[in-house]
Amino acid sequence: MRYLPLNANDRTQMLDVIGVESVDDLFYNVPEAARLKGLIDLPTHQSEQAVEQFFQRLSNKSTPASSVPFFCGAGAYKHHIPATVDHLIQRSEFLTAYTPYQPEISQGTLQTLFEFQTQVALLTGMEVANASMYDGSTACAEAVVMAHRVARGKKSKAVLAPGLHPHYAAATQTLASTLNITINERDTRMGRDDHVIDHIDDDTCCVVVQSPNVFGEIVDLRPIAEKAHAHKALLIAVFTEPVALAAITPPGEQGADIVVGEGQGLGVGLAFGGPHVGLFACRQKLVRQMPGRVCGETVDANGDRGYVLTLSTREQHIRREKATSNICTNSGLCCLAFTIHMSLLGDAGIQRLATLNHEKACDLADVIDGIAGAEVLNDTFFNEFTVRLNTNAEGVVDAMVEKGVIAGVPLSRLSPDSDENLLLVCATETSSGEDIAAFETALKEVLS
Amino acid sequence: MKTEGRPTAPVAANSNAVQTVSGSQALNQATALLFETGTPRRTGVDLPEPKGTKSRLGAHGRKGAIGLPGLSEPETMRHYVRLSQKNYAIDLGVYPLGSCTMKHNPRLNEKVARMPGFADVHPLQPVQTAQGALEIMSVLSHWLMTLCNMPAVALTPKAGAHGELCGMMAIRARLDHDGASHKRRVLVPDAAHGTNPATAVQCGFTVDGLPSNAGGRVDMDALRAKLDGLGKDSDIAGIMLTNPNTCGLFESDIIEIAALIHKAGGYFYCDGANFNALVGRVRPGDLGVDAMHINLHKTFSTPHGGGGPGSGPTVLSDALKDHAPVPYVVKTEDGFDLVEHPDDKSFGRMCAFHGNMGMYTRALSYMMSHGSDGLKQATEDAVLNANYVQASLSDVMTPAFEGGCMHEALFDDRFLKDTGVDTLDFAKAMIDEGYHPMTMYFPLVVHGAMLIEPTESESKGELDRFIRSMRSLAERAKSGDVESFKQAPIYAPMRRLDETQAARKPVLRWTPPSDVAEAAE
Repeated sequence: MRYLPLNANDRTQMLDVIGVESVDDLFYNVPEAARLKGLIDLPTHQSEQAVEQFFQRLSNKSTPASSVPFFCGAGAYKHHIPATVDHLIQRSEFLTAYTPYQPEISQGTLQTLFEFQTQVALLTGMEVANASMYDGSTACAEAVVMAHRVARGKKSKAVLAPGLHPHYAAATQTLASTLNITINERDTRMGRDDHVIDHIDDDTCCVVVQSPNVFGEIVDLRPIAEKAHAHKALLIAVFTEPVALAAITPPGEQGADIVVGEGQGLGVGLAFGGPHVGLFACRQKLVRQMPGRVCGETVDANGDRGYVLTLSTREQHIRREKATSNICTNSGLCCLAFTIHMSLLGDAGIQRLATLNHEKACDLADVIDGIAGAEVLNDTFFNEFTVRLNTNAEGVVDAMVEKGVIAGVPLSRLSPDSDENLLLVCATETSSGEDIAAFETALKEVLS
Repeated sequence: MKTEGRPTAPVAANSNAVQTVSGSQALNQATALLFETGTPRRTGVDLPEPKGTKSRLGAHGRKGAIGLPGLSEPETMRHYVRLSQKNYAIDLGVYPLGSCTMKHNPRLNEKVARMPGFADVHPLQPVQTAQGALEIMSVLSHWLMTLCNMPAVALTPKAGAHGELCGMMAIRARLDHDGASHKRRVLVPDAAHGTNPATAVQCGFTVDGLPSNAGGRVDMDALRAKLDGLGKDSDIAGIMLTNPNTCGLFESDIIEIAALIHKAGGYFYCDGANFNALVGRVRPGDLGVDAMHINLHKTFSTPHGGGGPGSGPTVLSDALKDHAPVPYVVKTEDGFDLVEHPDDKSFGRMCAFHGNMGMYTRALSYMMSHGSDGLKQATEDAVLNANYVQASLSDVMTPAFEGGCMHEALFDDRFLKDTGVDTLDFAKAMIDEGYHPMTMYFPLVVHGAMLIEPTESESKGELDRFIRSMRSLAERAKSGDVESFKQAPIYAPMRRLDETQAARKPVLRWTPPSDVAEAAE
């Protein structure tokens, strides 16, 4: 067995030192009834070559996004990732290190976390950020719980906007339900985000608004922030595509108190939905209520600048049942990928990347508007938007798969009660002119 | 005293060390923050010039700069490679963090996870174009359910603590479904991981502490006293118990504990953080467990990555399986499909998509490589290695409890009594010997705890060197050499860091110099 260094001779010598006859004696505390006799009914060990072949065979059964004209977004985005990113995150010292609890021998991870937090704060326009959450949806759920905590449990209502990604709303509902946080009845139709203002009252601890929202529409957060603050509620701004923040007015400049979102679009691949990386930023004054790990600057015994995990008195390993969250492991290696990609891009690079995304989406929208039976519904968008088809969107997507195009995400897949004819489509810098032409041809054929 | 490599005799901190002009020392290069190296105009990515003719951003376009410095590609490589060299890692040496299970991360797993049929597949692309990824989830589920002898598994939880949430949410959903919403009390042993009480509270339960006995296990008298005379309609929702427990001991009364909890109408949540001590030899389903998360990043060796990503699939009993979260994979006539919307029994959705696919592939690759025989052998070697370490150190250090251990050896600080050296000093001195320290001050039930988990990945030779170093440190501490322990580490990239200052005046980000100047005015 290639992964196990001990041989039979070692084992015998070690049992001797321990003073027992056989390895079975080491399991003496296991009740007789629970001791397994023989092997579990699963295949026995296999060579590296055999395992690799198994995975290759299954990999071939899926259609990779990069192998076809591809237009899915809705919370996960296909971008080009520089080769440097994947090379660096596979450095043993990053890949096979634990959480940096021993700062003297973890400065590599700690400094990258400090840089990551700075980048997230700058991109969102906020004062501080944590060292990541599992993904955007769980960050959103934790933000609502945090807002409830900030209100010391005295305000029980969370208002979720219609344009919040249905999966984010569902993950939030799951966590909120057990803490007696009430969530408003949501009108999930497009173009209704400003209606959240009517739901805000003195019992509201937070308002959760996504921009660009799940339909791709960009939302003006300022009037919502104003109303929320008038009622001492927090505005939680959500995003699913980090690249968008380089093109639009950041939520921090629009009055957001907490900003949460998905960081996958920078440095992290699609991976069928995970691992991704949740971003979490807030105002400085709220930092002690923030969930998750945080890295801070300090000095060592020689007076040299260094970094440590800090404010751990918020966390479960110290506070136990009084912790701000039960989160422990987060998305370390994905934050590293995010921060490396951000370092490579810099301000100039990410703004150009955002502009390219937007232009490709504009090209795609123009093409779709020229197709009979299809209509772009958005007034504004960044790199994805909603199309109304004259027929069932899922059927159209399936028919376009047959023509070698993966056209987008039917809105009904995200929430079963939505209009079946709506299709979410997304273009990024990876969408070539040929891809968009293939989309046009396939959609015309399917709708005709 | 360590005999190979550099001397570890105590020296005054950098007493005669010549300071370099650059602040660098040979391979340990000083590394400025990237914000101090890069500029906003510089970029390491070549992108085509935008046409600049179209905009559908409305009035929402960004006005100002972001202020993000960039680096060219060679600067980026150097920045991160230099930083990487300031990290300890499993690939560098023994990483005996108890409870964290730092075992070898096979690179085959990295290779298969990057195959395009898994890595480059969108979570919402049509299911007929993602059949390979769905099949991996199905096969992984089969392995996990079989190893645990449990009828269901929820794959989506994204880490161990998320898995705890999944299991406790399922318990709550079942209780509510049965009209037993008054059952809100959860028993949690005082030795539990901090995540357990935090999870229980996050699910709306109240925590009732359960003491440990002198042997490091659940105090059965205390448990019986709490449950005495309680029927199914009691307020007991369940128990959260780690097995083997955080002292590295198998809870020998576990079958009775499960029966007592069930009798009080509660459910048994098992914290599966230590499942690596049982795989192939004991199945949780045979112990009366109702829910248990499995840390794929511990037991099945997906890399820890400096703090994640993890993955915490949660196995569920017959009583709980109908309450599992969405989405999950089902087998159909045409292949595999996803159930993405909850029925009235499911407790709902935990995250945006289908969990951490990238960890599913790695864990399954690890399991298939080992097979049923190799997994059992790995468990036995992990337990053997821990017992070997305990036996080899028990005359110079003080094991916290009598008898053998499972996969990790727990010591207390009695052997340091009156030496002036404490657990923290001892841990920091291990760094100078070339090792990552063990888990310290956990579990809380043992004074000055030192929890050593060598895992099955260490050879006997490596363990013997580790044992020699530990013995040498213990002897040095007893010989009155306090000062070198208080100074340690001396040879690490940094000396001890001031954690108090970091917490008192938190500096959590870099601030552009102009902002700092403004703030000072």
